[in-house]
Amino acid sequence: MSANFDSSTQRTFTLTARLLSALHLDGPLFAGLLAICATGLGIIYSAAGEDLGMFLRQGGRVALAITALIVFAQVPPRFLRMIAPWLYGTGLVLLLIVMGVGDIGKGAQRWLDLGFVRFQPAEIMKIAMPLFCAWYLHERPLPPSFLSLVVLGVAIIVPTIIIMEQPDLGTAMLVAVSGALVILLAGLQFRYIFGIGALVLGSVPVLWNFFMHDYQRQRVLTFLNPQSDPLGSGYHIIQSQIAIGSGGVFGKGYMNGSQAQLEFLPERSTDFIFAVIGEEWGLIGLTTLLLLYLFVIARGLYMAATAQDTFARLVAGSLSATFFVYVFVNTGMVTGLLPVVGVPLPLVSYGGTSMVTLMAGFGILMAVHTRRSLRSREL
Amino acid sequence: MNRTRRIKDQHAESRVFARRTVIAGVVVAVCFAVLIGRLTYLQVMRYDYFADLSQGNRIRIEPIPPNRGLILDRNGVALATNQPTYQLELIREQVPDVDRTLQGLVDIGLLQPDDIARLHRVIRARRSFEAIPVRLQLTEEELARFAVRRQDFPGVEIQPRLTRFYPAGGSAVHALGYVAAISEEDKTRIEEADYAGTTLIGKLGIEGTYEAELHGKSGFQQILVNAQGRRVDRLGLTVPELARKEPTAGNDLLLTLDTKLQKVAEAALGTHRGAVVALDPSNGDVLALASTPAFDPNVFTRGLAVGEYNALVTDVDRPLLNRALRGTYPPGSTVKPLFALAALEYGVVTPQHTEFCPGRWSSPGYGRVRRDWKPEGHGTVDMRKAIATSCDVYFFDIARLMGIDRMATFVSRFGLGSPTGIDIDGERSGIVPSTEWKKRAYRQKEQQIWFPGDTISVGIGQGQMLTTPLQLAHAISTIASRGQRFQPRLVKGIRDSLTGQVRELPPTSLPPAQIADPAGWDVAIGGMIDVANAPYGTARGAAARAPYLIAGKSGTAQVFSVASNERIRKAGELAERLRDHALFVAFAPADVPMPKIVVAVIVENAPGGGSAFAAPIARKLLDAYLLTPEELAAQEAKRQPAPVATTRGD
Repeated sequence: MSANFDSSTQRTFTLTARLLSALHLDGPLFAGLLAICATGLGIIYSAAGEDLGMFLRQGGRVALAITALIVFAQVPPRFLRMIAPWLYGTGLVLLLIVMGVGDIGKGAQRWLDLGFVRFQPAEIMKIAMPLFCAWYLHERPLPPSFLSLVVLGVAIIVPTIIIMEQPDLGTAMLVAVSGALVILLAGLQFRYIFGIGALVLGSVPVLWNFFMHDYQRQRVLTFLNPQSDPLGSGYHIIQSQIAIGSGGVFGKGYMNGSQAQLEFLPERSTDFIFAVIGEEWGLIGLTTLLLLYLFVIARGLYMAATAQDTFARLVAGSLSATFFVYVFVNTGMVTGLLPVVGVPLPLVSYGGTSMVTLMAGFGILMAVHTRRSLRSREL
Repeated sequence: MNRTRRIKDQHAESRVFARRTVIAGVVVAVCFAVLIGRLTYLQVMRYDYFADLSQGNRIRIEPIPPNRGLILDRNGVALATNQPTYQLELIREQVPDVDRTLQGLVDIGLLQPDDIARLHRVIRARRSFEAIPVRLQLTEEELARFAVRRQDFPGVEIQPRLTRFYPAGGSAVHALGYVAAISEEDKTRIEEADYAGTTLIGKLGIEGTYEAELHGKSGFQQILVNAQGRRVDRLGLTVPELARKEPTAGNDLLLTLDTKLQKVAEAALGTHRGAVVALDPSNGDVLALASTPAFDPNVFTRGLAVGEYNALVTDVDRPLLNRALRGTYPPGSTVKPLFALAALEYGVVTPQHTEFCPGRWSSPGYGRVRRDWKPEGHGTVDMRKAIATSCDVYFFDIARLMGIDRMATFVSRFGLGSPTGIDIDGERSGIVPSTEWKKRAYRQKEQQIWFPGDTISVGIGQGQMLTTPLQLAHAISTIASRGQRFQPRLVKGIRDSLTGQVRELPPTSLPPAQIADPAGWDVAIGGMIDVANAPYGTARGAAARAPYLIAGKSGTAQVFSVASNERIRKAGELAERLRDHALFVAFAPADVPMPKIVVAVIVENAPGGGSAFAAPIARKLLDAYLLTPEELAAQEAKRQPAPVATTRGD
């Protein structure tokens, strides 16, 4: 209305802001996510050996994931809270069905085929778990009582064990972590945290001596010293460290990574894509990517901190922190800080299912955050 | 609600949550700092090292195969060792054209054209940087032939390797087994990482069954290779630290076999088809296990051409068949001592019971008239004499009195009809016929019926009864030790390759074969002593001038079917293969509570009966085991002029 706003840049800016606001999207978070996805696409093209087919397929998945984000951002938080227990129940039932039906198609035990679409019920759990835990704690006084902890403990452990049996250790861990983070953020007393920590540490020697098979012990020992098994699982680690290390500060240049391009590096477009970036873009490329991740996580945590009810806070906090765990487990594995667990680099690794789930989660995060501003304005 | 309900305090909760979010933020920041620190370490501090590794100069990981454990006989004589040989290895990523290279190796005569398809499959299945053996055990001449053309074959190298070597060739091959190239089927049984660099795996016998002990664990070393794939020692000016893990050699096995005795057994069998098993009745040790004809296991380690292998498999004499464990033969009269014990156990006769043998036998309902092996008959015999003379008529009659099922139950206690459990794979069960067995063995109703006449045939070890030489030796060992039974075993100790300590394996005892009146043993053993020593014994020549007391039993097994083997067409050979099998079982010394050795001998289609042909073989083993070298020499000298007393009988 005023002459001050009539420069065209200003108008574009306002237009974008209004569009984002109308779609319940958070501008900075959205921009960060798009930047990560774009980086991922660029790397896939190189890591896949300039395979245009793979590039286009991954592009399609990114588009689908962005759509999922926008769709989930439209869901009112109150509705989400209402359906949280039902979503959790459905996910659990589907997991049980997959466990029963999966025997027919050996090796494909994670997938449920509905005829028109195939999906992994474990992915639903990645969303349903934090929603359910947040829903459960929303009405109850915090910090959570002992009874609540027991109920939530069971609610987390049961699906985790089913997914572990599929077997998909990576997803099982992420589902468990997303639930546990809700409880931690809800203000779980430190005496419980330390108690559970001590319990876990204490059970290690018992597990080691009485419950683990020789080959499982061997696997743990291989992680502690990958050089002891350079032809088996140690091979991945050794090759990925050579790739990253030889990238140096500036990298060998896009599509010039000899480790990756000469197929020394295994699983280079999926779990080990971080090493490809390190080889081709060097320390600068990796640091930039890590800063992008850090920005997204920080923005997520900020949105959680400014949310106005318990449910919104817990959901937003858990989703952001789980995303961090995702990033750290993958990058830690590729750089040799953590054991080899099959977790992809979020939003970058080739493959679609987890990307759609992740972006849907960010959609929920935005829904929770933008509705808050609406409500405060109404008040 | 029985408790005071806590009230939700939104502000307090919000404060707690904010604090927790801050903690989360700090954790995130610390983790990212650690990550970036790690990246700095890898990409800045160790950049030179990794850059060198990735640029042309690369580290290759080379497996070091472990030395296979040795196999030694009971006196420490080596039966299987490792010998250095040279082999050709190919590394795919360094070969410009695999097809041309393989064809080139065929052209200079180092590969057979038949090998190419198989090698292609192997090469495709392995990683591109792995060294794949394409030709094992090069001769000196082949080595030279390759060496002069080496520049034509980039990526193909001569490598020294240790290969299995059997110093005694085909001796004891059926106990030892052999090693050969790892097959697809083998790969399902092993952890492939443990076999990186190993090309041979145990098949059959000790080598196969004790593979896990013998193999050991692979080691590895990192080696530096230049862009051409040749090994180099340094990267520019630096000598990088290269990891190396020594392999763990396999454990050595100490066998129960006595090489000297084994060779006596093999020499005595000579060119005949047959088997010899010698056991120590006090612990189940297998002292000798021979099966003829044998084959040279060394040919398998160098890789057999298709033609050579087919020749072995289709040989009419079936050298690959382990007759001692897998050959099943009617035991003939050698089971008579067992049925004698059974008759006493079930009380159908007493040891003093006598029967008149007219040389023929019949009984209403038991079918045709049966003839004794001695047409004029043995006259009046009691149990001991019936064993000594191998009187068929006596055993026809006690078989009639016992009935087949009681006979079957009794001999099963001595291990017949089921594997003895020897510690190598592939043993057959043999057959102890019974009414129950016939129902299981035949599909059609009319074939399932047990006829009384069948019982009579089994009474003298014929009919459908089948035993392996090992089972026979085990059953006789049980008589010799008066009921004690041990699982036959070939391995008595394992020497740990790391500590050098020998772990002695205790003998495995089996449920003893007990009889109600232990006096029965004296009758059975007495009969067997008379076989070899009494003037009317069927094998009285076998014990001639022996300085120790021999107990034995001869047997003849009728060959009823050879028609199945079509390759035997020539009339002369047909006649030879229709001849009966000769059997002899023996133990000595027979006048002590625990004899030292039990022997079972089977000679297929022998030119004479059990006592004439198999008994002298058994005697040679007993002499070799029980006599000192001087005694043995003296015995030989005495025997030279005089032929072994001719004995007749079954």
